[in-house]
Amino acid sequence: MDWDWQYTWDEVLPALLDGLVVTLEVTVLAFPLALVLGLVLTMLRRSRRWYVRHPVRWVIEFIRSTPPLVQLFFVFYAVPLLIGLRLSALVTGVVVLGIHYAAYLSEVYRAGIDAVPRGQWEAATALNIARAHTWRSIVLPQAIPPVIPALGNYWISLFKDTPTLLAIGLLEILTQAQRLGASDFKYVEAITMAGLMFLVLAYGSSLLVRYLERRYGTVERVV
Amino acid sequence: MAQSNASSDDARPDARYIVEFRKVSKSFGETQVCRQLDLQVEPAEKLAIIGPSGSGKTTILRVLMTLEDIQSGYVIVDGEHLWHMERRGKLVPANEKHLRSMRTKLGMVFQHFNLFPHMTALRNITEAPMSVLGLDRAEAEERARELLDMVGLTDKADEHPSRLSGGQQQRVAIARALAMRPKVMLFDEVTAALDPELVGEVLNVLRKLAEQTDMTMIIVTHEMGFAREVADRVLFFFDGQIHEEGTPEKIFTEPERERTKAFLQAVLQH
Amino acid sequence: MSVFTDNIDTFLDGAWVTIQVTVLSALLGGVFAVLAGIGMLSRRRLVRTVSRVYMEVFRGVSALVLMFWMVFSLPLLLDIRLSAFTGAVLALALNIGAYEAEIVRAGVQAVPKGQWEAATALNLSATQRLRRVILPQAVAIMIPPWGTMTIHLLKASALVSLVQVADLTARANLIRVPQPESTVALYTGLLVIYFVLAQLIAALFNWLERRATVGRA
Repeated sequence: MDWDWQYTWDEVLPALLDGLVVTLEVTVLAFPLALVLGLVLTMLRRSRRWYVRHPVRWVIEFIRSTPPLVQLFFVFYAVPLLIGLRLSALVTGVVVLGIHYAAYLSEVYRAGIDAVPRGQWEAATALNIARAHTWRSIVLPQAIPPVIPALGNYWISLFKDTPTLLAIGLLEILTQAQRLGASDFKYVEAITMAGLMFLVLAYGSSLLVRYLERRYGTVERVV
Repeated sequence: MAQSNASSDDARPDARYIVEFRKVSKSFGETQVCRQLDLQVEPAEKLAIIGPSGSGKTTILRVLMTLEDIQSGYVIVDGEHLWHMERRGKLVPANEKHLRSMRTKLGMVFQHFNLFPHMTALRNITEAPMSVLGLDRAEAEERARELLDMVGLTDKADEHPSRLSGGQQQRVAIARALAMRPKVMLFDEVTAALDPELVGEVLNVLRKLAEQTDMTMIIVTHEMGFAREVADRVLFFFDGQIHEEGTPEKIFTEPERERTKAFLQAVLQH
Repeated sequence: MSVFTDNIDTFLDGAWVTIQVTVLSALLGGVFAVLAGIGMLSRRRLVRTVSRVYMEVFRGVSALVLMFWMVFSLPLLLDIRLSAFTGAVLALALNIGAYEAEIVRAGVQAVPKGQWEAATALNLSATQRLRRVILPQAVAIMIPPWGTMTIHLLKASALVSLVQVADLTARANLIRVPQPESTVALYTGLLVIYFVLAQLIAALFNWLERRATVGRA
């Protein structure tokens, strides 16, 4: 077959760039949600109350070990029946990926927090510092910086998971490519370009994260 | 390693020696660990090498075992070049095949034992004879059990290394190296990683080997009493060179050079 | 819950496809991973470069995009027929293999240097060193992260439903359309099934880990 450059330039690229905007929207909205929710999950998981600690652990485990795609269907099709409110594809995508990655990030935070020596907690107790304050001004400032590169890697993973949102019709990169492919039967140009777009952005970002790793050191990744 | 003529004087093997270093130099980045080192070892000789840590004495053994290469000079083992081979009358850097044929002459025992943790003691000893020398299982196991007897671990054949004490592991490691029947055995600080109460059992095995075999033994050690007792000759190694050498009597009772005196004073004090 | 009992055959068929997809791409991906992981440690520059490029490319391209490319583009490009099932398995294998290659490399490098040296001192050949001394120890190190990746693969296997492979997820979607009232039960049940399968994989790898470290500290 011959690669149609004209078509690639006139049709594929503009459509994919439209898709890219949507993809980045999801990525930029979902990740902060994951960052905050992940931290909350981590802290709940270390709660002194077992009836908080145990359920939270299982919820994290459940979210982590079920497919984001099925979670997407659940939120898109089942949740509206439960709450009587229809969510847009964008909101569904942000919520599902945000929650899914919160479960991953809670593991990352945990690794960072476990790396803070016990003596730091003990010293805080000895100084009679309140638990909330210990978290905020003693433990987290030591636990977070070393895990920054790992967080960066998950951000890239989240970006690479956004094509899943094709399943609920969100017009992200892959959906755009698929629509073009189907209407003009130019799958090769459309999907290859979509792949290249992901490759360039993901690889470029990973170089940035590796630079951060060299600067700040690294904590073992969980996934 | 530069090419040079095989017949030039400084490269021709000398039949009197089993190990020779000729003007060997080696450095790691800025630090030079061997400077133009010359060293001869006679067959069946028991040579002890002493000296401050970081002086490069372990490097001599690692170069001989082909774990580190050299930057210039020649190393000759049993009449053949170790790091070079002859190609059309010229000496060229050795390839892996040449190194493998040379390694059959050498065996090494390490400071940290380096036993294979996923194999039993017996399997540690039979592995190389079976896969390298081509012995069948029965022969290899017979050889291994004899060696385990010799090091006093007859009943530990089926234990994994993690179930053995440091001293026991090191004795298995000695048996493992002996199973390959090398002409030259290299001992690299073999008691340095052991708890003090376990040092004796390992030294006893070495003592027995030194007395009962005509194997050439090169022993890098911090155990001065032991060196004095078993060695035919002691080298004091300092700053990448042999600073002083002689019989144990001479080195330990009347060392000539200041550095040697200072070193011996420091280590013998405790 | 009658939606499950009414459609039990459909679910079993779908589960069987999900298991096939997961197992086949796990095995094939394992082969890619070992080749590329050891390749990255090769003395030959070309082998190292090829392995690294494989790893970067197939990690960089999103799994689903790769799958679409395999199923929709590749057949056009090469003018061949490739079933959606084959294309999907190939895509998942290439993707997971690229991640696992890094596990292989790290596992091999985690074996202490003294083990290589002892194997060299005993005059084992390069292949024997790797096969008999290093890999058995590296595998023990690799098992836990490999288990995590396999669960990841199970989750990613649901993506095959988007290229018309009739796995569990695809069958559930098919049932939803004529029976919208069962949507909540259907997807809840589906999540639970995946959760149980993931726990089985976790148990399998725990067992493997115990076996691989038997007799050791």
